[in-house]
Amino acid sequence: MKFRYLKNVVTLKLDQGKCNGCGICTEVCPQQVFTLEGKVSSIADRDACLECGACARNCAPGAISVRAGVGCAYAVLMDMYNIKSRCCGDDCGCSLDGIQC
Amino acid sequence: MSEGQFKLPMVDNHQSDSCCAGKEGAFDYRNAAEESWVTGQIETAVGPVYRIATILDYRDLLGSFKARWGVGRMGYTVPPGLYAAGNPGQRSPVLVSANYKLSFDSLRRELSGLDLWILVIDTKGINVWCAAGKGTFGTEEVIRMVSATRLPELLSNKTLIMPQLSAPGVTSFEVRRSCGFKVIFGPVRAADISAFLKVGNRADPVMRRTHFGLLDRVVLTPVELTALVKPLAYFTLFLFLLNLASVILAGDIIQPAFLIRQSFSDLVPFLIALLVGAVFVPALLPFIPGRALSWKGLVLGLVWAGIYRGLPGLEAGLLETASYFLIIPAITAFLSMNFTGSTTYTSLSGVVKEMKIALPLIMTAAGLGLIALTLSYFV
Repeated sequence: MKFRYLKNVVTLKLDQGKCNGCGICTEVCPQQVFTLEGKVSSIADRDACLECGACARNCAPGAISVRAGVGCAYAVLMDMYNIKSRCCGDDCGCSLDGIQC
Repeated sequence: MSEGQFKLPMVDNHQSDSCCAGKEGAFDYRNAAEESWVTGQIETAVGPVYRIATILDYRDLLGSFKARWGVGRMGYTVPPGLYAAGNPGQRSPVLVSANYKLSFDSLRRELSGLDLWILVIDTKGINVWCAAGKGTFGTEEVIRMVSATRLPELLSNKTLIMPQLSAPGVTSFEVRRSCGFKVIFGPVRAADISAFLKVGNRADPVMRRTHFGLLDRVVLTPVELTALVKPLAYFTLFLFLLNLASVILAGDIIQPAFLIRQSFSDLVPFLIALLVGAVFVPALLPFIPGRALSWKGLVLGLVWAGIYRGLPGLEAGLLETASYFLIIPAITAFLSMNFTGSTTYTSLSGVVKEMKIALPLIMTAAGLGLIALTLSYFV
């Protein structure tokens, strides 16, 4: 089952003119947002993007851009009130513990 | 382990002639000998390397349990360094891991019968996904540890297998450029490592996807609950003071035992609201209609408020009823919204959008609810 979050909010952009067809974006994306069509990547499921930034970071020709960040309300809240974010650091549930190696 | 003193490759000031230009920082590998999961050591071209157990024992399980409940979670770490599973050689694969013990254990227990190296990098005791997001599981740390453990001298195979979820922090082409190691992103789950290696380092689409099953969601709830103990204590005190004030104003005799019993009884609907928001919503996540997490919380909160109000024998006037229908959904919506930090699929832009709408509503409802609740004790 694939969870769906809000529609039309993500900041993901792909410039197909810069794509070299290496396919790393299809490998690193945990949400299968990209597909390779021929020798060019394209965004197949934009709303599934969680803005982790893995694709943009690993795209050597710099064809992908996204405002990467952690989709964590606690972190956003701390940010809003200018409290130094302790997300994933101290006591917030931001964990995903055990889901990954 | 009692092999006594030996010179470790990692902690001396050895000037590596490898191509890695990263700084060789010191790290505390020596202490690893004391760890219960170290079963011995193997001799290598770069000195002895600790061999790890691939079966978890009761100490590991107890440690995991405690970490899930937030006990010593931040100090639950593995000394960074190079480790061996089985009998690896110079052509064996290298898996890179975070130094959060829970992450390390979830990898370790999948390695029975495999011969490979594990490079534990210093993510400050934070799991792969969060560390990658913060950059501690990042390009520089990987390069630093490759250099510090003298991997280029040990291996003819210049490949590193990273957990896929480290990709937000690790730039594969940068690692290659600066130390010649090719980075392959492995599967999301440690459980798929063996299958991944068997087919020549290829991950099928299922291995590339995050799963967020019932168990995955439920194991995350204890930490959420532990964060609620303090607010709960304050709220209980608040209810006690309301009961006390109402007794005093009515000119009745103060009976502490009665006041305490009454306060806890008044607490019940809100206590269960905490469970609804922090446990029921995560558990039932895919079955609750709507997309925004706060909305899902609101739905279940209203359901619980309705059930509670409808309980036979419950005496509740207009003010009490209003307080239930305002405070309970505010609690559940807020807690559900907080669960965005634990999910595998929520984006920052989505969370910001959701909060802009939900937060003012939650604050307003909670405020009005508390006023109604307070008045209900005196009217």
